[in-house]
Amino acid sequence: MSTSVLFDAPGPRARVRNGLLTVVGAALVAGALYGIWAGFDAKGQWEGKIWEPFLQWNTWEVYIIPGLIGTLRAAAAASVLALAFGAIFGLARLSDHKWIRVPAGVVVEVFRAIPLLLLIFFIFYVAPTVFGGGDYAFMAVVLGLTLYNGSVLAEVVRAGVNAVPKGQSEAAYAVGMRKNQVMRLVLLPQAVTAMMPAIVSQLVVLLKDTALGYIIAYVDLLNTGFKILPAVFFGSLIPAAIVIGIIYVLLNMALSYLATWLERRSRRSRKTAAGPIVPPGAGSVALAAGMGGAATGAAIPDVGE
Amino acid sequence: MDELIKYAPELALGFWENVKLSLVGVVASLILGTILVAMRVSPTPVLRAAGTVYVNVIRNTPLTLVLAFSALGLSDQLGLVFSEMPTTNSFWIVAMGLSAYTSAFVCEALRAGVNTVPLGQAEAARAIGLTFIQSLTMIILPQAFRAVIAPLGSVMIAMIKNTTVATAGGFLLDAAATMKEVFDTTGASIPIFLGLVVAFMALTLPIGFLTGWLARRLAVVR
Repeated sequence: MSTSVLFDAPGPRARVRNGLLTVVGAALVAGALYGIWAGFDAKGQWEGKIWEPFLQWNTWEVYIIPGLIGTLRAAAAASVLALAFGAIFGLARLSDHKWIRVPAGVVVEVFRAIPLLLLIFFIFYVAPTVFGGGDYAFMAVVLGLTLYNGSVLAEVVRAGVNAVPKGQSEAAYAVGMRKNQVMRLVLLPQAVTAMMPAIVSQLVVLLKDTALGYIIAYVDLLNTGFKILPAVFFGSLIPAAIVIGIIYVLLNMALSYLATWLERRSRRSRKTAAGPIVPPGAGSVALAAGMGGAATGAAIPDVGE
Repeated sequence: MDELIKYAPELALGFWENVKLSLVGVVASLILGTILVAMRVSPTPVLRAAGTVYVNVIRNTPLTLVLAFSALGLSDQLGLVFSEMPTTNSFWIVAMGLSAYTSAFVCEALRAGVNTVPLGQAEAARAIGLTFIQSLTMIILPQAFRAVIAPLGSVMIAMIKNTTVATAGGFLLDAAATMKEVFDTTGASIPIFLGLVVAFMALTLPIGFLTGWLARRLAVVR
């Protein structure tokens, strides 16, 4: 339902009312913006002096770009591992053997339910006792993100394979394929197409959650940009927050657009008999949304859009 | 196991702070999210644009940054103070940041719900002469809410888990910060970690079941 259905094409009176509302709305928005601007101004946050560091290449070279690389490195490592984890456990949950299916289900459900930060803390403190001294911030972030997002992806994989119509596997069995062949040649190729948007949205979540590394002093964008940089350029805290906020938003929006584009493409696609899987939630969400929504039969299109 | 028993009171107090944060967050983010979704479907382009920008910016910013900015930027630098007591102040700062963050996801879930309401409902509402506000509050939103109970439950579960990030907002009394403090003295302890995991699951699992049950019970039959 497009929003324009909610109200009529305006007549003369409604046009006046809409005009009035527009003015009032604009005034409210402008008022809020002015309030923020004035608040910043009163504390001298618009002074050129504190914004100047961001115009110098040196600041980017020494603080922001290394931090960004740290963020992307953790995100890349965790993405690859989480995808592998998700594939393995997702397929394990679909196994015909109870002794594989049940433990895999327990692992997935438990890691989905643990607050990610607790998991990262735990790994961060356990690692030195297991592997001896050293800096385990990177490992804690990557492993935590892998276990959590991998579990969510496992659910995506399971939902994806289940979304392929039953006739497909029945036909495959009928032409004499084995279990392994049915999965590998018929179900998975179709499921992957349907899963792509959900996978990419989960990767956005993963990228965002690398910022949790800030709390255990992993050298990521948030750490170099929001902790180290303002300590060097005194007073630049708020400009720093705004600059790195913009970087995060641009990065994630680019990925989100990719997800939307993929979703639109897979909806048109004739390569798969499965409909697109609803992205399992936005935010650090163990969203059973996709699955819950499907189970209750309510079609919730485009939670991510 | 001894450590868990020894530190149980501290951990329980920390966990209680997470529960309080969750309660404030649920109420505030549902209210804010509903206002945002009303803005996003309203006939006023300015409000629509403002809602869209807010949701897209907040949704794509890490919660850690939102909370750290609320504490260090809004509170310390710009002087937004809720209370003279530092711990009370940081509690409300975190609650504010958490609600601001979660409301964007509530808005998106509700908007998906608005999309499930059949066109005929809105057309019928207009046909009998209801205004935008009337059709939204009497026809559209009640059906939208019922369609997205399960996703909203998931958003709330995520928010409860996110209360552990309160540390980033300078609130050091919650369960995660308490656990870190205990680990600093005793080293990593599996029983303590598992104890907290069970505590959080005791909070989130019933919500999952409850919203799942409610979603089935209240589903709009068409």
